[in-house]
Amino acid sequence: MDKIRTIISKEWAEVFKNRIVLFSVAFMPLIFIALPVITMATTGSFADVPEGEFSGAELGVEGLCEGLSEAACGQVYIINLYTLMFMILPVAIPVTIAAYSIVGEKAARSLEPLLATPVTTLELLTGKALAAIIPAVAATWLSYVIYVVAMWSLLTAEARNYLFDPLWLIAIFVVGPLLTLLSVSVAILISSRVSDPRVAEQLSMIVILPLIAGLIGQSMGLILIDQEVVLLVGLVVAVLDAVLVYVGVQAFQRETILTKWK
Amino acid sequence: MIETTNITKKFDEHLAVADLNLQIPAGEVFGFLGPNGAGKTTTVRMLTSLIAPTSGTATVAGYRIGEEDQEIRRHVGILTETPGLYDRLSAERNLAIYARLYEVKAVEEQVEKYLRMLGLWERRQDAAGTFSKGMKQKLAIARSLLHEPRVLFLDEPTAGLDPEASRLVREFIQELRREGRTIFLTTHNLDEAERLCDRIAVINRHLLVVDTPSGLRRRLYDRQVVFHLGDEPARYVPLLEPLPGVRRVQAVDNKLVATIEEPEDQNPALIRTLVEAGAELQFVGELRHSLEDIYLELVK
Repeated sequence: MDKIRTIISKEWAEVFKNRIVLFSVAFMPLIFIALPVITMATTGSFADVPEGEFSGAELGVEGLCEGLSEAACGQVYIINLYTLMFMILPVAIPVTIAAYSIVGEKAARSLEPLLATPVTTLELLTGKALAAIIPAVAATWLSYVIYVVAMWSLLTAEARNYLFDPLWLIAIFVVGPLLTLLSVSVAILISSRVSDPRVAEQLSMIVILPLIAGLIGQSMGLILIDQEVVLLVGLVVAVLDAVLVYVGVQAFQRETILTKWK
Repeated sequence: MIETTNITKKFDEHLAVADLNLQIPAGEVFGFLGPNGAGKTTTVRMLTSLIAPTSGTATVAGYRIGEEDQEIRRHVGILTETPGLYDRLSAERNLAIYARLYEVKAVEEQVEKYLRMLGLWERRQDAAGTFSKGMKQKLAIARSLLHEPRVLFLDEPTAGLDPEASRLVREFIQELRREGRTIFLTTHNLDEAERLCDRIAVINRHLLVVDTPSGLRRRLYDRQVVFHLGDEPARYVPLLEPLPGVRRVQAVDNKLVATIEEPEDQNPALIRTLVEAGAELQFVGELRHSLEDIYLELVK
């Protein structure tokens, strides 16, 4: 455990002295908070929009607006749309850190002395993964709290309850960390197999694509992400996580990394 | 302390090291020489459990490679070809991280000890990236010693350093030798190898030879003695050639170069003969072949 802690603190000390990484960790949450708040603030209470404009049928999310006024339906639609983005946030933030973790060390030639210490592959990868996961999850949760507080002041009483819908609590506090582990595992796996930090980062971003597709699908009314969908995603991601952690440790070939990368 | 039996490493079809047999006792400074691509770094990596041999066995500090790799990593120190420091972190932080990874009990004390020993204490808070090449190398050496390993692998410790920094590093290696550590030193610097090493191995995928520096000379070259004369040397050649133990005598400029089996035994007779013949004998010395001559002869 001491070695894992040491690797985490080393990663943070290095990573947070890198302004680009620091910027990516801080900037994305700010955008994710600002977008829904600005949208909600500019659309106001939906009181002045023509009748039928924000009905569930018009938005393609009939089930969502059951029993709600049109004004509340418009606000709930925005909550639904933007809260989903908080599932993307913990996936996007750690990719830079994680992708750089192995291949970056190799590029800086600091990997060989590190591998010569009595640190096991599991300890090394756990330390590196946690170093990427913890700030991503913490930044997501903190920005979610700020988002909820800001939105609370803009929503009608009817729509406020939807901020605490179990769907979102599960999505943010359970599925979010699982997705973070998924993206970090993929990033470390890729980072262990390629020899350029930029390639590792770009390939790792692939993980975000299904989530963006979900976001677009929801905004176009093609799919409705509800509690069942989120739970199913959580279950699938948990299984994928277990597989990827195992594969990641197996794929980390010290000899290949040391001798074949130039 | 280090023992290898037919240790071999292949990368796909490329043979990097073949059937290497070494026995290095505790406390020895062992030089490992060879041209680029000869297998020096591969050997160091095998012996520090960074990569696995394709065949053969080896023990380092009493532990078998491939079976007790974690123990080997705990008990050996390695200075890699490049320092590989965390440039954004301070010198002190760099060492503290490694002290913890090496399970050192008194982290702060050990870090301070080696920072002071290598003259880096005053710069301990500075980022390693701001250090000169020599200071980085010293910091990397400190890192390799934090857990007090009895066996130390130094891969090209003075490569790329200026003469002053090289000298400091060499003096530190001498200090480590006095502490009784076993040091496995790979280098291209033959003068350094001669000055520091008890024995030297020359490798070019296969082990070519292992011996003391003077032993290597004896293996390859006959011993030669030079007599500097104040008069014409050629006329003394016929006087010296018939003497016992003398194989050949040549006159070169104002010198006589005699190839002799055992100079310690035969020199007195040669000197006596020259003096009795009226030669103006100015100096007598052994003609030493440099380690470079020996090395080039072996690897050609």
